[in-house]
Amino acid sequence: MKLLQVNDLRKYFPIQKGILQRTVGYVKAVDGISFDVQRGETLGLVGESGCGKTTAGRCLLRLIPPTSGSFIFGEEQVDLAKLTHREMQPFRKRMQMIFQDPHASLNPRMTVADIVGEPMRVNRTEKGTALQDRIVELLESVGLKSQDMRRYPHAFSGGQRQRIGIARALALQPELIVADEPVSALDVSVQAQILNLLAELREEFNLSYIFIAHDLSVVEHISDRVAVMYLGKIVEISDAETLYQSPKHPYTEALISAVPLPDPNAQRKREHIRLEGDVPDPSQPPTGCYFHPRCRYATDICKQETPELQEVSQGVQVACHHSDTLELQGV
Amino acid sequence: MDLTLEVPLRLSVFHFVSGYGCSLFFIKIGAKIQYFKNMNPTIEITAEVEDANDPWADGGQLSYRQLIWRRFRKNRMGVIAGALLLLFYILAIGADFFAPYHYNEINMRLRHVPPQRLHFSVEDGFYVHGLKSVRNPESLELEFTKNLAQRHPVEFFFKDAEGRRHLFSSTGPMFLLGTDRMGRDLLSRIMYGARVSMTLGLVGVFLSIVLGSILGTISGYWGGWVDNLIQRIIEVLSAFPDIPLWMALGAALPPGWSSIQIYFGITIILSIIRWGGLARQVRGKVLAYRESDFVMAARAAGAGHWHIITKHLLPGCYSHIIVIATLAIPGMILGETALSFLGLGIRPPMTSWGVLLEEAQRVTVLLHYPWLIFPAVPVLVVVIAFNFLGDALRDAADPYSD
Repeated sequence: MKLLQVNDLRKYFPIQKGILQRTVGYVKAVDGISFDVQRGETLGLVGESGCGKTTAGRCLLRLIPPTSGSFIFGEEQVDLAKLTHREMQPFRKRMQMIFQDPHASLNPRMTVADIVGEPMRVNRTEKGTALQDRIVELLESVGLKSQDMRRYPHAFSGGQRQRIGIARALALQPELIVADEPVSALDVSVQAQILNLLAELREEFNLSYIFIAHDLSVVEHISDRVAVMYLGKIVEISDAETLYQSPKHPYTEALISAVPLPDPNAQRKREHIRLEGDVPDPSQPPTGCYFHPRCRYATDICKQETPELQEVSQGVQVACHHSDTLELQGV
Repeated sequence: MDLTLEVPLRLSVFHFVSGYGCSLFFIKIGAKIQYFKNMNPTIEITAEVEDANDPWADGGQLSYRQLIWRRFRKNRMGVIAGALLLLFYILAIGADFFAPYHYNEINMRLRHVPPQRLHFSVEDGFYVHGLKSVRNPESLELEFTKNLAQRHPVEFFFKDAEGRRHLFSSTGPMFLLGTDRMGRDLLSRIMYGARVSMTLGLVGVFLSIVLGSILGTISGYWGGWVDNLIQRIIEVLSAFPDIPLWMALGAALPPGWSSIQIYFGITIILSIIRWGGLARQVRGKVLAYRESDFVMAARAAGAGHWHIITKHLLPGCYSHIIVIATLAIPGMILGETALSFLGLGIRPPMTSWGVLLEEAQRVTVLLHYPWLIFPAVPVLVVVIAFNFLGDALRDAADPYSD
């Protein structure tokens, strides 16, 4: 059952210059992406820094207005992109966000109880002792103690703060949670704890996640399906296992080869694909396939024509001219 | 017989790093010396270093205000300045009681009396000598010298002719800082003048805080043309030279106004010019916090503008506002002093430090009656104390900075 269907989401940031703030161009942060999220599913959104993953996540929650596109949400099939702020209000409860930086996402001047209770206070879902009980319940469900509620965020470690952030996201009993790199600011040992917690909570509360990450190994653990983004576009989307075993896009292959293997012998034997150069400037993307300047399989057609995202087999979509001929290496 | 001796030793090490971050370590050294029956002393020395900046030390339960207070307390200069200012405000508010005379008690026979020295003897307690007047044959003015034969004891909790109590006064003339051209006691006038000068700063700063934070928040939060307009207004206001603008506004106050009306008029004039700086600082903070993740989270939860501004943005600015306000008060005090000095501020019979200094304007007056410049001293002390207090608050205001 589909929870969210995103069609052709675009977000262009204008580049303004001069005293008159004339628009001289656009940064195409998100350039027409489409995907869907099933109920109870985790969709991983992977890509390098600056490829538009975070922007896409924030557009979905209407934290920044999208330039165009539609998001069909829930059984009601409401297009969230067209709602006014007031109409959006009831849907805000149903989708929440977990932030990347656990230091910046908690107001240092509020106690844990205030932080976790804020969404409920704003939406007037609970008050008084019921609110207190609910806060305790939420803290316990993310593995914190009830006496922590009177403390301030600065007294907690990164992992604990992230748990507070998760408790806040759960407060309104959402159906969808956009997790924006929730573990990339944490130590590796803590990362695993938080990932496990997220997986447990998904079962417990029947949540769906859009899990944004730049690290494929993190996404592997938690995602059912993975979408790989490059420069504002989705280049490949398929279920997690297929993506790891047999990637269809050269960029995915390069990302997978960067994931270290636990077996040192296998790690040594494996071919490492080093991508040349940086992600191109999104205000002046390359012609044709955006990836061609860094792609080792690129041919002339790649420089001229932009490949569309096409279904190559059941549930696997790829945007590459050579997807059917390339034999790419997985894990 | 067991004997336990504990010698607690507390060493506090201060280091000031010019203006920024004053960190402090407490080193607790406890030496435990135990004497046993066999008289072999065992000495246990424990040393524990407790970093005052360690947020863990408090168990994370202290509020922001408590954390600021913790750090502020450790800045010695700040605490001294704060205590001094508190004392000044108490003296100013209770001037009726603390001053030996009423500020307008005129005694034309005792004009320009130089400051008298306070003496102490066992039989009389504190006393001042009597005055002997001699007319100067050249200037034809009365000049006063000590009459050693006469002693006027200082009485505490003195009841004057109108039944008012004073902390200390005397039946005879007792002018510890001398008198002015109308024979009024300068010490009393300084105490009464502090009322106007020191509260004017507070009221003025309060007004500019209100104006500055409202406009700064609007400017930073909504941005766009509103922001542009407010910023341009601030630029125009700050481009005016202060003194001529004050003078023009001060001269525009209707001469028929009562002293209280003039007082508030001056306050408004001073704060109109001063709100700009505060508004800019608040705007900068609001701009930074507006994009922060915790504001994003609040918006994702569906919080409205009012909730975000009052719960997230303004509390983030409080520390800045307090610091800027503290540092702005001396400016206000100096502004009032300058205006009154020029004769455009507070008008007699109301008195302020500026009014008092106005009397010391002419060089000939200063040459003959140098004590009339004394009101400059409290101005200096208060301004410096406010600056120290502001610095200390600024250092204390960001407990999360490290």
